[in-house]
Amino acid sequence: MNFYILSLVKAGLVAFVLLTFCAYLVWIERKVLAHIQLRPGPYRVGPHGLLQPLSDLIKLVTKEGLIPGNVSTGLYLFAPFLAVALALVSIVTIPFGPEFEIFGVRTWLGLTDLNIGVLFILAMSSLGVYATAIGGWASNSKYALLGGLRSSAQMISYELPLALAIVAPILIANTLSFKELAEAQSGFYFGFLPKWHVFAAPFPQVFSFVIFVIAAFAETNRVPFDLPEAETELVAGFHTEYTSTMFAAFFTAEYANIVTICCVTTLLFLGGWHPPFPAEYGSSFIPVILLLGVAGLFFFHAGQTLKTRKWDRFSFPVGGVLSLGLAGLFLIPLLQPILVPFFWFAAKTLLLIFFFIWVRGTLPRFRYDQLMRFAWMFLFPVAVVNLLITAFAVALTSN
Amino acid sequence: MSEIELNTNAATLESEGEPEAGTTRRMTLNMGPQHPSTHGVLRIILELDGETIVSASPDIGFLHTGIEKQAEALTYQQVVTLTDRMDYLSNLANNLAYCLPVEKLLQLEIPARAQWVRVMLTEISRINSHLVWLGTHCLDLGAMTMFFYTFREREDILRIFEFFSGQRLMTSYIRVGGLALEPPRGWHKLVSGFIRQLPAKIDQYEGLLTENPIFMQRTKGVGFLPVERLLDLGVTGPMIRAAGIPWDIRKSEPYSSYEKFDFNIPVQQAGDVYARFRVRMDEMRESIKIVEQCLAGMPEGPIRADAPKVVLPDREKMKTQMEALIYHFKIVTEGFRVPAGEAYVPVESPRGELGFYVVSDGTSKPARVFMRTPSYGNLQALSELFEGKLISDSIATLGSMDFVLGDVDR
Repeated sequence: MNFYILSLVKAGLVAFVLLTFCAYLVWIERKVLAHIQLRPGPYRVGPHGLLQPLSDLIKLVTKEGLIPGNVSTGLYLFAPFLAVALALVSIVTIPFGPEFEIFGVRTWLGLTDLNIGVLFILAMSSLGVYATAIGGWASNSKYALLGGLRSSAQMISYELPLALAIVAPILIANTLSFKELAEAQSGFYFGFLPKWHVFAAPFPQVFSFVIFVIAAFAETNRVPFDLPEAETELVAGFHTEYTSTMFAAFFTAEYANIVTICCVTTLLFLGGWHPPFPAEYGSSFIPVILLLGVAGLFFFHAGQTLKTRKWDRFSFPVGGVLSLGLAGLFLIPLLQPILVPFFWFAAKTLLLIFFFIWVRGTLPRFRYDQLMRFAWMFLFPVAVVNLLITAFAVALTSN
Repeated sequence: MSEIELNTNAATLESEGEPEAGTTRRMTLNMGPQHPSTHGVLRIILELDGETIVSASPDIGFLHTGIEKQAEALTYQQVVTLTDRMDYLSNLANNLAYCLPVEKLLQLEIPARAQWVRVMLTEISRINSHLVWLGTHCLDLGAMTMFFYTFREREDILRIFEFFSGQRLMTSYIRVGGLALEPPRGWHKLVSGFIRQLPAKIDQYEGLLTENPIFMQRTKGVGFLPVERLLDLGVTGPMIRAAGIPWDIRKSEPYSSYEKFDFNIPVQQAGDVYARFRVRMDEMRESIKIVEQCLAGMPEGPIRADAPKVVLPDREKMKTQMEALIYHFKIVTEGFRVPAGEAYVPVESPRGELGFYVVSDGTSKPARVFMRTPSYGNLQALSELFEGKLISDSIATLGSMDFVLGDVDR
């Protein structure tokens, strides 16, 4: 009984946090992109545009859900549902932190620990191809059709280097469960170098990390691999004809996929929730120091707000107090074993997400055939060689 | 495969009937007029085999404004305002290109100061046009940020235009007989301040693009046509210079005292999209050189020709001199009369050879104004540039052609 209640609570929590975070990821992306591009980004709705995701949601949901003529209605409606369902299901195998005991209950941050968690994620992301392909095909639009074709070809091609890049760290950790993968990366070489898989003995997984991140860009249809929805070529690609909630579903799925893939990268290569340097050197206090710095910034800017932003005089101190409160939470001994690992996990994932956005603000996009050639002629061979070397190194050292 | 015709039904689903067994069907795709990267309202009817373009035919005329015909109903001076609306990215070049043949018919001697200001402003407007081209071209290739960077500089340029003429876009600053207004106080500081910081900004663009492997992959070897073919099709401007022909009217037929300036014609040999990019980047640097020379050696003197029958008299003179008042009345009510004849003076607009063929029948309104616009000439190459290429390549090529639909349709 206890198990069911706990699972329900956790499922609700994860779903809520993930969906909210997806919405705010759009805000983050728009803000970061805007600052790269010398503009303020969302600013009008709420302080610093913080309510923008909410207004976007209201706008999208209240729009008329248009179904164009001559579409294959069943498939047309099924595609966005499939996309968002698969994207949300993927998150269940992701652990966000280690096991801990609170109020006498022993549990861990995360929904379920499948012993084939990695395979499950791969399967779900492969099925995601169907959503875009079906959506593109069912729309009865040429742009959507071309976008759907492009994305199926692209996602299937990049699945290969992606999977091969995953196999290498799995060989080292010898498990398919994300939780055990993360636990295998605890500890430090020489007392300071973390045993993350990017630095792992016997063969550092730098190559597979890079391959994985590149393939992740392609899997999530991000610049420079955003061909399926190449705005300037195919208008909006496979979701050209979609409106309202159906478009919102595709949109949410896209961002949920980014979150999932960044979480997976963190777990596979960047040591999950393990700190980058040992607790003896004070890594547990990093979040407190960071939050204090944030609070300081808030208070500093509250003292010198611009005339045009009068309410910053109130919103900045509120932000500062909130940061101070969070910093205080990190100091409570009872909460520390939950919050500190979660902080490291979130920090690494957010850094990766920031990298995704940064790349979007910098690079042009590939051409369709170049993208395929890049996958098959470069990424795939490198992944194979990397896997062979890793396997060889593991075989040598395991005796 | 027969050539597809320009009809409005070309949007129907698959082309030409049922396919035979074992053959692939071709798809007709109607790109535009509402499409993010047709730069306005160009419509291209593409016949696709997969993503490969079998044939492409442009359908122009969606931005037809009737400027050529309208010009016949307006006085010579009024037509200047129409030329602004043709190529809205380099309107000063249009003003100049229209004024030169009319001045030739009138046999006006334009004072040195006016000529130099004309050169300076058209070069700044060349930079403006190339900046917009660069931004939109990169947007087409997926590099969104570039667009905002170039528009940052464009904003400074528009501020300069506003400072000179009171208008950001439709400047009409160059008039028959000289300039509309005396350059305002402080113009030197404003322009030199802008020109001084521009090279660093261009370095920034080049740092983001010139050696960028993805950018090079997308543009090198793309959109190539043999030079002979380009010449046959009447392609001019950066497109022909990128194919190895140093054809620049500023050098070959100097107008408005361009012969007094020291600048180079950037030429590339490859003839592809990347070469066009390099040519335009270098052209911006050459334009900076010209503007710097203008700033250093701007002559003093009047800004309008000494031709009382054409140029409006000073306000002060009208209060004291009878003739001035009469001329003012005549010019304002009727316009000035231009001796019968015809004239054509080409200029080098940012897009290529731009020329107005003006026919006068001796009245105060032109009998005919024909515009030889570079956008129209360059667009001729579209079908041949597209054939056998991928859709993505076609977008890159389209961007590199740098046409303005207002200039094409007039």
